[in-house]
Amino acid sequence: MNNTNSSSIAGNAPGKPPRSRTIERVRSGLKKRHQAERRFRLYGRVAIWLGLAFLALLFVSIVAKGYTAFEQTYIRLEIDFSADNLGLGIQRDRAALSRADYGGLVKASLRSLFPEVTSRRDKRALYALVSPGADFILRNQVLEEPNLIGITKSLWLPANDDVDMFIKGHTERTSEDSGRLKAIQHRWIDRLIAEGRIEKRFNSTFFTAGDSRDPELAGIRGAAVGSFYTLLVTVALSFPIGVAAAVYLEEFAPRNRLTDLIEVNINNLAAVPSIVFGLLGLAVFLNFFGLPRSAPLVGGLVLSLMTLPTIIIAGRAALTSVPPSIREAALGLGASRVQTVLYHVLPLAMPGMLTGTILGMARALGETAPLLMIGMVAFIVDVPSGIFDPSTVLPVQIYLWADSPERGFVEKTSAAIMVLLLFLIAMNSLAVFLRKRFERRW
Amino acid sequence: MNETKEAVGQADQFEQAEVIQVVATPQSTARVHREHRTTIGECRVDNPRMRCTDVNVFYDDKQAINNVSLDIGENEIIAMIGPSGCGKSTFLRCLNRMNDTIDGCRVIGEILMGEENINDPRIDVVPLRASVGMVFQKPNPFPKSIWENVAFGPKIHGLYDHKSELEEIIVTSLQRAGLWDEVKDRLDQPGTGLSGGQQQRLCIARTIAVEPEVILMDEPCSALDPISTAKVEELMMELEEQFSICIVTHSMQQAARVSRRTAYFHLGDLIEVGETEQIFRNPQHQLTEDYITGRFG
Repeated sequence: MNNTNSSSIAGNAPGKPPRSRTIERVRSGLKKRHQAERRFRLYGRVAIWLGLAFLALLFVSIVAKGYTAFEQTYIRLEIDFSADNLGLGIQRDRAALSRADYGGLVKASLRSLFPEVTSRRDKRALYALVSPGADFILRNQVLEEPNLIGITKSLWLPANDDVDMFIKGHTERTSEDSGRLKAIQHRWIDRLIAEGRIEKRFNSTFFTAGDSRDPELAGIRGAAVGSFYTLLVTVALSFPIGVAAAVYLEEFAPRNRLTDLIEVNINNLAAVPSIVFGLLGLAVFLNFFGLPRSAPLVGGLVLSLMTLPTIIIAGRAALTSVPPSIREAALGLGASRVQTVLYHVLPLAMPGMLTGTILGMARALGETAPLLMIGMVAFIVDVPSGIFDPSTVLPVQIYLWADSPERGFVEKTSAAIMVLLLFLIAMNSLAVFLRKRFERRW
Repeated sequence: MNETKEAVGQADQFEQAEVIQVVATPQSTARVHREHRTTIGECRVDNPRMRCTDVNVFYDDKQAINNVSLDIGENEIIAMIGPSGCGKSTFLRCLNRMNDTIDGCRVIGEILMGEENINDPRIDVVPLRASVGMVFQKPNPFPKSIWENVAFGPKIHGLYDHKSELEEIIVTSLQRAGLWDEVKDRLDQPGTGLSGGQQQRLCIARTIAVEPEVILMDEPCSALDPISTAKVEELMMELEEQFSICIVTHSMQQAARVSRRTAYFHLGDLIEVGETEQIFRNPQHQLTEDYITGRFG
């Protein structure tokens, strides 16, 4: 090739220095190079746009499905809190009040609204318009202020989920009695709407209640609090242990077979499927140590095991990235190795360690499989009040609701996903904030 | 770390080029032991701060320092010169056991400081490094404030009882390092925000704040411009009154300017040592002459 080049130079442009030939070649290839560069940039942009499009699709579909869950259909009823309706005798103490017949109040009120309903079947259909949870709402009100007895009060009570779905337009009106609502119920609903007795209001139940079999009574609070406690246990265990392990392995441990073996094993553990950790938790924490089932404590222990390798690996990477000159400077001044690590190396590695920890926590927050194994999938109505109470967590709650047959749980599922995403965003913002704070010190 | 690898690599090259007698030594586990070249000149001084006798350093199986004996005198600046990879930095790091931090590095021999052999593994390095401070090739201030940089040494050693004493230590250290006027208004600013020369002087201030007896300087000016270099050299000559200073340098002019004695290293051997003037004016060994006249190195 060199030969042909030199001959062509000699032939075409005698006396011309070969240098110009180089430039010609560079020029001729230039177009191709620029094209390649443009193409490459285009690929990058397309990749980013595709990613953003998928993300937008996800958000839009979730929000579109879930935003209606933040509203709930309420029916206004005149409730006559008479002692007769409640079936109360002379006794007015708390026990008697709790036992009283509050369902009867709702039924009586509905009967008075629709006096033409007489048959047993129709009455049943009529009572089904209002949520079964209305009884509890009335009872709580009476227990709070017992002097309500004897008074008639106009109250907004949650409608049943079938009514709710119909009002929100998720179910169609059917001419026959094939749908969830019968034709006669549709007529009643129309009348209630005409009288201004039906209204959509902000669904505060969703944020204050635990799980329920009735969609209109189900709330996310139990799962959110459960997630909070579980993550609290996870971070309290895995962060100190992870940091200590990373510091020891990176700064103090001798390099030998044993530490190599440990390192390989930590890397392997990071890749173990999470359900395996769940089985381990079941075998060790529940069956061997006898810790309470479904408790955030056990969930946190299992998730700590799962996140520890992530935190250790991230922590070691952060420690390695601290320049050795800092260590030499401190050691050269006569600092002991612990002083060197505590005063200089660890603070410099902290932002990286925090990032690793938050990433591990985010993964733990979204983890379902290991928690199924330790019983956090149980149907739990009460909001947990500590790490020993039975509870569930957000992703498991999503899984449970997605599995429920009622139409009303579809929007609840999406709403729960939104709450989970909010949790994640909050955690990531915290991570960014902490990093900024630690970095600002120098 | 890098330098030591380079040192080993270079030693290999020279080994192939030169004809070297290989003798087995029963006392060392090393496979190869080069014949020791006798040091020309007087390696001993009266009342030394540190006295090194037959120091050998191995990186795994490779020998980087070969039977070096040298005294560090009281209140003197001793310069160590020689081509890259001749072991001068390695030798310097023996004097405060910084080689401990390198995996696979073994130091054999006796390094006396007072009555103590500091090379004894039973010796605690913390007090040793408090009395033998070190300034590194690249300025390496802590990424903290100027104040905290200087305060760190006194803090970890508990050199003060009251905050006012610490303040005094910091101010005098910065003054003696010639940095006080430049930084007195911004002691809370990060030390990493200073210029290269200022950073190096901050590192010196940090070292003298601990009041060591010996200061080791490993090419302290190689990353600095001529003006900063001049300042650091001036500073060294002032500090000579109180400290013993060992400086490793690649600049022969620098060695000639600042040092009282000069030691020439070559391939792990201490070839020649003597008064600086004599070494530069009238070197005895051929290798020394070749090096300082610029024939190689």
